Amino acid sequence: MPQLTRRHALGAAAATALTGLALGGLVQTAGATSDPGATGHEHPDGHAGHGGPQPFSETFQGRRIEGAPSHGDAHHGGYAVRIDGEELHVMRNADSTWVSVINHYETFTTPRAVARAAVIELQGARLVPLA
Amino acid sequence: MYTRKNQRDLTRTEKRRLVDAILKIKRSGRYDDFVAMHREYYVMDTENRSRPAHMTPSFFPWHRRYLLEFERALQAVDPGVSVPYWDWTQDRSTTSSLWAEDFLGGNGRPGDRRVMTGPFAYDAGNWKVGTGITDQNWLTRNFGRPGRDPVSLPTADDVARALKDPVYDTEPWNSVSTEGFRNRIEGWGIHRVRPVANHNRVHQWVGGPMAGAASPEDPVFWLHHSFIDLLWDRWRKAHPKAAYVPGRKPDAPGRERRHVFGLDDPMPPWNVTPRALLDHSKVYRYA
Repeated sequence: MPQLTRRHALGAAAATALTGLALGGLVQTAGATSDPGATGHEHPDGHAGHGGPQPFSETFQGRRIEGAPSHGDAHHGGYAVRIDGEELHVMRNADSTWVSVINHYETFTTPRAVARAAVIELQGARLVPLA
Repeated sequence: MYTRKNQRDLTRTEKRRLVDAILKIKRSGRYDDFVAMHREYYVMDTENRSRPAHMTPSFFPWHRRYLLEFERALQAVDPGVSVPYWDWTQDRSTTSSLWAEDFLGGNGRPGDRRVMTGPFAYDAGNWKVGTGITDQNWLTRNFGRPGRDPVSLPTADDVARALKDPVYDTEPWNSVSTEGFRNRIEGWGIHRVRPVANHNRVHQWVGGPMAGAASPEDPVFWLHHSFIDLLWDRWRKAHPKAAYVPGRKPDAPGRERRHVFGLDDPMPPWNVTPRALLDHSKVYRYA
């Protein structure tokens, strides 16, 4: 079944992303309580200067959210996001905005805004492992 | 030939039979196959692979066939049922009969947003959601997303503006197509151009799984898409000379051409072309 194949691939990408997080070092960010709607000042491509958003790691409404570039799977737009250690499946749109599996019909300017919106939507529920 | 009715016109018996049929295919596991299929076909327009269902010209024909498959599954357990439509330009209240105890049940409760009424409430014992995404198995809804960033349902004017566009779709045939009926109704927000609209905004307004990739977890998905399907009919009637585009492959070259489906390109998973889905008049009609 294609579903299993794809989720298998996502699992591999998640492993790659985890390595990336461990090796790449994390940028601690302030403003952990600002809401995801208030991110309009962030450029959709972030400030990395090479076309992808920067890594982030913060506690938002009691949950650990992290993001980092990942080169394992184009489906993620080359970026992986985690909430309390579980991968949040995120995707990039043609206008360089982002959506996630939790908020799939609206777009966000950065992966951090996607992660925060998912935390709000999840209301404490945990993501289940992708693989 | 059968009829798809406005959900507000269903009789008490019609509602009961529809709900019973949905619960039956949920119990058999067939319902969750439809949820999985929707997630599988949610391909983004930055991915380097074919994109039949969303952010694409074949958004309408793909979902027409998807609804037909669902309807066939329902009719296999009760030949008398069909998928009614929810005209959210008319039935805009959180207390509409759509959300009553005898039909889809109401909004989620404050706090955890859990749906507590109707046949799809977790506590009724027949409806488990979330498999594969979260560890929470109850259906949630959050009508209008009150508070931080509220969402209103699209209006009749919003729909009328989309229906006025004489072109079906335009390059680059994806979520940033600024002109064309397809993306005006699919409703992708375009960064610095326009906000989320019509189809997408309704998903946001309902909240819960409807706002995510597994949106068919909420049975209102089908009633929403039945109305989207009807809007395609209305657009075709308003513009009888306008064609589904892109046409045959040589007619529309371009960057996206490898990933989108022209009029005669078979769409997965059924290998049916958009052309074969243009006219449903021998299968069903809208009342």
